[in-house]
Formats: sequence, C-alpha cells, structure tokens
Amino acid sequence: MSLTADDVNKIAHLARLGIDSQDIKSYAKDLSGMLDLMTQMSELNTDNVEPMAHPMDQAQRLRTDVVTEQNNREKFQAIAPQVDTGLYLVPKVIE
Amino acid sequence: MEWETVIGLEVHAQLATKSKIFSGASTAYGAEPNTQACAVDLGLPGVLPVLNKEAVRMAVIFGMAIEAHIAPYSVFARKNYFYPDLPKGYQISQMDLPIVGIGHLDIEIEGVNKRIGVTRAHLEEDAGKSLHESFHGLTGIDLNRAGTPLLEIVSEPDIRSAKEAVAYMRKLHELVRYLGICDGNMQEGSFRCDANVSVRPKGQEAFGTRAEIKNINSFKFVEKAINHEVERQIELLENGGKVVQETRLYDSVKDETRSMRSKEEANDYRYFPDPDLLPVIIDEAFKAEIKAALPELPQAKKDRFKNAYGLDEENATILTSSRQLADYFEATLKASGSEAKLCANWITGDLSAALNKANLEITHSPVSYERLAGLLTRITDDTISGKIAKQVFEALWHSTASADEVIAEKGLKQITDTGAIEAIIDRIIADNTDQVEQYRSGKDKVFAFFVGQVMKEMQGKANPAEVNKMLKTKLQG
Amino acid sequence: MHTKTLKELAQCLRSGEFSSLELTQAFLNRIKKHQDLNAYITVTEELALQNAKAADARIASGNATVLTGIPIAQKDIFCTLDVKTTCGSKMLDNFTAPYNATVVEKLNQAGAVMLGKLNMDEFAMGSSNETSFYGVVKNPWNINTVPGGSSGGSAAAVAARLTVCATGTDTGGSIRQPAALCGITGLKPTYGRISRYGMIAYASSLDQGGPMTRNAEDAAILLQTMAGFDEKDSTSVDQPVPDYSAGLNAPLKGLKIGLPKEFFGSGLNSDMAATLEIAINEYKKLGAEIKEISMPNLKLAIPAYYVIAPAECSANLSRFDGVRYGYRCDNPSDLADLYTRSRGEAFGKEVKRRILMGTYALSAGYYDAYYIKAQKIRRLISDDFKNALADVDVIMGPVTPTTAFGIGEKMDDPIEMYLSDIYTIAINLAGLPAMSIPAGFIDGMPVGLQIIGNYFAEDRLLNLAHQFQQVTNWHQHSPKGFE
Repeated sequence: MSLTADDVNKIAHLARLGIDSQDIKSYAKDLSGMLDLMTQMSELNTDNVEPMAHPMDQAQRLRTDVVTEQNNREKFQAIAPQVDTGLYLVPKVIE
Repeated sequence: MEWETVIGLEVHAQLATKSKIFSGASTAYGAEPNTQACAVDLGLPGVLPVLNKEAVRMAVIFGMAIEAHIAPYSVFARKNYFYPDLPKGYQISQMDLPIVGIGHLDIEIEGVNKRIGVTRAHLEEDAGKSLHESFHGLTGIDLNRAGTPLLEIVSEPDIRSAKEAVAYMRKLHELVRYLGICDGNMQEGSFRCDANVSVRPKGQEAFGTRAEIKNINSFKFVEKAINHEVERQIELLENGGKVVQETRLYDSVKDETRSMRSKEEANDYRYFPDPDLLPVIIDEAFKAEIKAALPELPQAKKDRFKNAYGLDEENATILTSSRQLADYFEATLKASGSEAKLCANWITGDLSAALNKANLEITHSPVSYERLAGLLTRITDDTISGKIAKQVFEALWHSTASADEVIAEKGLKQITDTGAIEAIIDRIIADNTDQVEQYRSGKDKVFAFFVGQVMKEMQGKANPAEVNKMLKTKLQG
Repeated sequence: MHTKTLKELAQCLRSGEFSSLELTQAFLNRIKKHQDLNAYITVTEELALQNAKAADARIASGNATVLTGIPIAQKDIFCTLDVKTTCGSKMLDNFTAPYNATVVEKLNQAGAVMLGKLNMDEFAMGSSNETSFYGVVKNPWNINTVPGGSSGGSAAAVAARLTVCATGTDTGGSIRQPAALCGITGLKPTYGRISRYGMIAYASSLDQGGPMTRNAEDAAILLQTMAGFDEKDSTSVDQPVPDYSAGLNAPLKGLKIGLPKEFFGSGLNSDMAATLEIAINEYKKLGAEIKEISMPNLKLAIPAYYVIAPAECSANLSRFDGVRYGYRCDNPSDLADLYTRSRGEAFGKEVKRRILMGTYALSAGYYDAYYIKAQKIRRLISDDFKNALADVDVIMGPVTPTTAFGIGEKMDDPIEMYLSDIYTIAINLAGLPAMSIPAGFIDGMPVGLQIIGNYFAEDRLLNLAHQFQQVTNWHQHSPKGFE
C-alpha cells in the first residue's frame, strides 16, 4: 500500500501538522513503508478475536465527588504564550 | 407537495456534581476566568483523568428513569478535533459502548400521549468557552467549564414537529430536575440542545438529508429554530435545490440559522478507546444501591396523587410538575391534617398565584409548609372561614407569624358563641320590622338581607351555618 | 565514590564515610567533565547541592530512608516542579511544569538528590536517542555509537557513572534496549505498577516507568520507592508492593526457563546467539531447567505496535497546540496557522511521522483495517505469553538484534530502526514486566539478556538477575575512560 503526497497533505491537515512541501514526498515514502510492514497483519485470520485495548483487565476506579483543586491560575498562566485578564488568547475564532 | 418533518434531538445536560468529571476542580458557575481549570482540565503534559463516581451514578439514575438498558460495561473514547476551547485536542466521550442504552420518554401533545425513543445517553466532558469581545481581534479562552460532566441524551428521529420537540425537551428538563441530576438552568447553559432536522415528502419512508442546528438554549428558540429550518429546507427543495448535510447555528436575534463552516472542517473525529481510562463496570450491587435511592418518577407520583388523595387531573399535574412542589404539598397535607382537596386548592390557587406574582420558586416561598398547614388546620376546625383565611394568608405572606398568631392578633377567630350571635340577631330583627314582615309574608329572598346584616355586624367572623340556623328560627317567630 | 553501587553508597552515607554533599559534588564534577556525552539536558547543580545538605541533616537526625542523599537523575519525560521538563523536544524547550510527577515526588520524599534531567528521544519516540532536539547521546563504550533509546541519556549516564541510578520509561523497549546497549541493568515493570502521573505520555496503554541501575540489587531498591498505587492514575494498580530486596537470594533450583524459538531463530546473529547461550548456561548451573517454547504471533508485534503506539500518540500529542504552554510560532495569521505552524516547527521528523501514521490508522475507513486489527493481534500476542507462562516461570531472550549501532547509521531508514525493537515490543503489548541485564560483550560492546516474567513478578525477575550477577561480573565492567 502506498500513500500519495495528497494523502499525506490530508492527514497532516487532520493532525494540524505543518510539513514543508519539499518533505511531503519523503513522508509519503516512509509512511508507505510502514503500511507495507502492516500488511503482514492481514495475513493472520483474527475473525473471532476480541480486540485488546488495554493490558489491564480491570475496571475503572471511581473517584469520590469532592473538590480538591484550588485556584492556581497564576502559576498555570506563567507558562502560557499569551494571556490577558486571566484568559488564554488565540487568533480570532470564526464560528 | 405535503412535507413531513423529522426531528431528532441531542440534549446536553450538565450533571450537578460538585467536582468535574475527570478532575477535582469545582464546577460552580460564574467564577473568574480560568480559576477553576486545574492541570487536568488544562490538558497539561503528563496529567491523567480519574472518573467521578457521582457522574456515573447520575447517568445510571437517568437510565433507570427512562427504563433504559444500563450497560454493565461501557467505555470512554477520545473524540479528536482541534479547537481552542478543547485543551487536549480531544474530548473524552463515549462512542461504541455508552453507559445508557435504548429507553423512552412519553410526551403529551394536545391530550394525546406519544412515546419518543431515546437511542442512548452517554457521559462526556464539556468544553471551555471562547470569548470574542474586546481582545484586539483576538479570542479569549476561559476553561472553567472544561471538564464539567455532561450527559448527552440522544433521541430517535421520532419527533414530527417543533411543538413535539418542545414537549420532549420540557419533559426531559422536568425529569432531570426531578432526579436532581441537573439544575436545568438554561441561561447558564446547564441544559442545551442540538436538533437534527430534515423533511421528506409525506408518505416517503426514507429520511431526507438533515441539518444539525447547534446550541439551542431555550424552549422558545427550539421551536423557532426548528420552524425556521423546516421552512428553509422546504423552500430549498421546492425550488429544485438540495439540502446539504451540515452544522448550522441558530441566531436568535435575526431568527435564522446559518452555516457553521468552522465546525465542518474537522468531521473525521477518529474515535478510539481512551487508554488513560479503563472500562466502567456497573455491577448489580451498584445498580441496586442506585435503585434504592431512586426518587419517585413524575408519572408515578401523579398517578399516586390521583389515587391516594383523590385529586383531579389538573391539580395532580400541577402539583407533580416539580419534585419540590410535590414535596411541599405532601408536607403541608401531613402537617395540617386537612382534606387533600382543600390543601391542593390552596397550593395551586392562592400560593401559586402569589409565587408567580413575586416570580419565586416554591423552594423560596415566604410561606413555609408549616405555616400554610397552620392556616389549613384552622379552616378545617372551623376557627376561620374560607373568606377570612384569604386575609390570614395575606398576612402570612408578609410576616413570619404563624396562622394562629395572625388570627389572635387581628381577632379573626370565628364566633360560634350562640349567645353573642343571638343578641345581634335579636337586635337586627328589632331594628328591621318592615323586612321581618316581608319575610313572614313569604318573600324568602329577604333572608339573604338578614344574613348580610348579621355578618356585617360580626365582621365576617360568625359561623355562617350557625347564623343561618338561628336566623330561620327567630324569623319564623 | 562514583564506582560504588547505590547500596554501597547508602552504607557509606550512613556510616559517615562521606557526606551526600561530597558525593553529589563528585557526581556534578563528573557530569561537567563528561558533558560531551550529552547525557543531560538540564543539570540542577544548585538545587542538588541544597538537597544534598538537607539529606545530610536528615541522615544525621536518624530518619533517613535508604535513598536519602543518593544522587539520581530523572529522564526528562518526568515533570519536575520548577525545573524545566522538555521531553527531548523543541515543543517543551520553554516548559516548566507546575507539578511533580508522582515518581519524582516519591523519590524526593525519600530524600534522593536529583542531579538533573536526562536526554532522551523526542517524546520517547526513537531507539537511538538521535531524535532528541538536544542532540544524540554518545554511548560511553564507543562514542561513535548510539546509546539506544528512548532512555538513552539514562543508560549512558549510569554506564558512565554520571549518576548512580536513573529513571527511564519503556513503551516498546525504551528502558531495556538502551540498558542492553550501555551494559547496565534496566527493569520495565508490569503495566500499572508505577504511576504514570506526570510522566509525559507517548502511548498511554504501553508506557511504563522503571529503574535503570548498575545491578539488580540497586534496581530493587529504586523500584521499591517508585512502585505503588496512585489515585491520580486510573491505570495504576491498587496492590501491595512486595519487599523487592527480600527475595533476591532465593535459590533458583527447579526454575523453568522458556526460550521462544521465535527469538532464537535464523534472525539472530551468531555472535549474539553464542553470547546468550553462555549466559543461559549460567542459569542451568544455578539449577534452572530450560525449555523451548513457541509464541507464533510474536512476529506480528512490530506491525501491531506501529499502529497502536502511533494511534495513541497522535491523540496524546494534540494538546501541544501553542495555546496554554510550550512552543508557539511567531505571528500566527489565524487559528489554523497557529496550530499548523506551532506543531510543524516544534515537532521533529520522527514525531511527525508517528503522528501522521496514527492519524491515518484512526481515520475514517482505515480504523478497522489497522487499529482494530492491531488490537486483535495484541490479544493474540498477549495470549501467547499467557500460555507460555503457564508452562514456564520466566522467558528469556535477546534484548537487541545487535550491539550498539553507529550514530547516523539507521536514521535514514525508519523501518530498519523500528526492527531494532523486535525483541522488546511484544512485552509492552502484553503489559508484562521484563529486565535487561548485562550478559557479556561482543567486540568490546555490551550485550543484554532479557528476562520476562509474569504479571507483577518483578520480585522474581530481580531474584533471577541478582543470582546471575552473583556468578558473573559483566555488570561490574565499566567503559574505558569512565572508570
């Protein structure tokens, strides 16, 4: 299976990942190589196999509903690129 | 051509937990921006979600209330998309295995019952808020709301008109508040709705292409937004156009829906099980624990009010419209020892009118159930008449005194002392010889004149039955 | 001082032979002297000296733990309060965490003295430490070769005696492979044994932290503090932590060792096979029985891993968007530009490759063919291990196909690089514990032996490793120039 430059552009857009146009081809080649590796999987019949999402065969633990966190905005926003009056700022969002 | 409207609603109810669904930050509304967004809510590197038990309990309660299948095994998944109010770049939600499966909700439309199917209800985290005003062309992000637990309740496409949609939404609103799992505050966004709307030629089985109208936050707007969207689609189709599957935003100011292109772009959500969370297992013991604490549901309560208390449909409906009102009624009834009908009439009549006028909920009634019960007790034991009772109620509303205190203070106690009544009757008969003559010559109507005179003299405090009886005897001579 | 093991240093601090301050200073000096190895991203000299003084006071007051005053270095994937945490990426070059990872918190509480933060492959994606934004780490056994990855800085620092112990993380072999290539002891515990809170996620269902030390005895001591339930991590296990040092000397008589024929087949080079055979023979001498076993699905571990890990990483790394912390591009023209350029400029090539791969595997139309298929294969591999471990006590095999390869050798061929994890990856898919211990040399370069145990059998693995280290001295060799 091989991916085209166009495929890579589409995936990169979904992932919001900027890729230099001169690198697209090399990514297409690398990803195609990975997909080739994965075709091995299709050789094995897995019809009645239950997918395994997680190595732990355990139930989710549930937390008691209590407020444990205090306001820590100053500390959190000290590492933010752009804030104003407690808000994180981003370029204008158009809905 | 005749068109049929097909509607499915997705209602997002914020669950009334104290802390967030995956973190220990507060969910209280109205705090300063980002002061209730902790490391987990902000999606800082390395932090992990831990599920709030109360959110799970509330989802299960809801499932039980709509007689739905409660999944013994449900899974959280990541819904991937980029948006600045979504800190992790994915929303933790449920996809393939939601916690609540197929259930139903019955609505009433013009006196006819209709059952609306509920496809599923699943738990997820809310996003933050984008604020577009006054940041020099920038958008400000407040993540206080991020991580607030939501129950997304998805209906089957069983709804056929905007009116039905509103009835369904109201019923759901009433239910979640009844269950105590959502405060239902629509202005604060605690209860919001997306509507999937399509039209098809009447008689056609296949659904038309649907548009999704986002974030409708009032009953009024649901109706208007759907009606508007239906009109738009019909007009489009009748002019040879096609409905495009898209997300539209309802603008309540212009009363129109418009396309939201920004949401369209990222529609490949790449759901997959969240590896930071394990499957949620609801065992029989947990279900039994929840079931035991399940409040009586609106319909069951209404039936019981009719059967056990002999209330009519109207009173039973009003009194069970909220759990608080129903509780108030039952508390008053018990404390007063009066008849259920009297009690119901007072609550749905004078009390409700006063509350409405003052724009107050029953929970904030200036007249507590104990004080109303005190009033009803005195009506029942004939201490005061129904007419005087209205006067007492007025006083109760404006003070903190008990009914007995008001009655004593204002001397409103009904006079049953026959000697006192007799003296007045004798005097009135003596003063009005003409009228006595008329009565005795057969003019029965004059009797009312005497009753009026006696009551006036006694400032309404005489027991009317006693007055009638004595007057009759005396007038006959 | 630097030649001593953790256990020996703890005894010296206790007996007053030298102070933690002296010890810490000695290691700081060595770090400076050997900074061309590039093992550290950040050295926290001032903080270390301050903490060493505090440790000395604590030792004097009599309420010290075995780790009090012991120098340690943290892989730069663990968040450290008020100390830069980069995860080897330009994305976090300006990032200081407002909290400690649970592992860091526990080690701090015990009084361990952090020397600094260790170099690593960017976001733990890599097998050679060459994907780090901060440059490759050099293998102290031959500075023209890689130390392995992703915990390359950790392995090199322990091997070169730039710390006595370090933390690492292992998603597909990232503790064991560099431990093998640098001739040290590395343990990847059972998934869930050590909290992942504050450990920057690569692939959440595979990631697990662990100790990297000179020998098994030290690994037991470090694991003792690192392990344990954490209510902040839903995937951490609420199970008591056994005394890992208590069972180190248990006899191995009657122990059943399984050797998967898939590990020792034609793919393994003959020098490696011969070296491992000698090592396994030592176990025979200690009374173990050897049994050949078969795990037919192991060969599919690499393709399954390179679907699952990238899929999880593609979502885990979405939070790095230039909004709340980390790198933000200059003058973004709009929101899309902010995302695309911040991420495009700050992530390296390997990270991008895996994000793209994972995004693709999860996207509409490919989910079943790739993601679900990989999960099914994960189940089959896990079952292979379950079946094998019902028959034998432990499984042994190689850690790596070859000894350390040359810097730059595999950078142009990502697939070739992925294949270097062929013996370690399956263990993460199953979530089992495994160790790498020094087992000999080929042409002067260290070779590791891998020991894989059943869930929560860390004590058994440490026992086996310790017994081996009682009859061999591979773990005591040190690279030339770093004695």
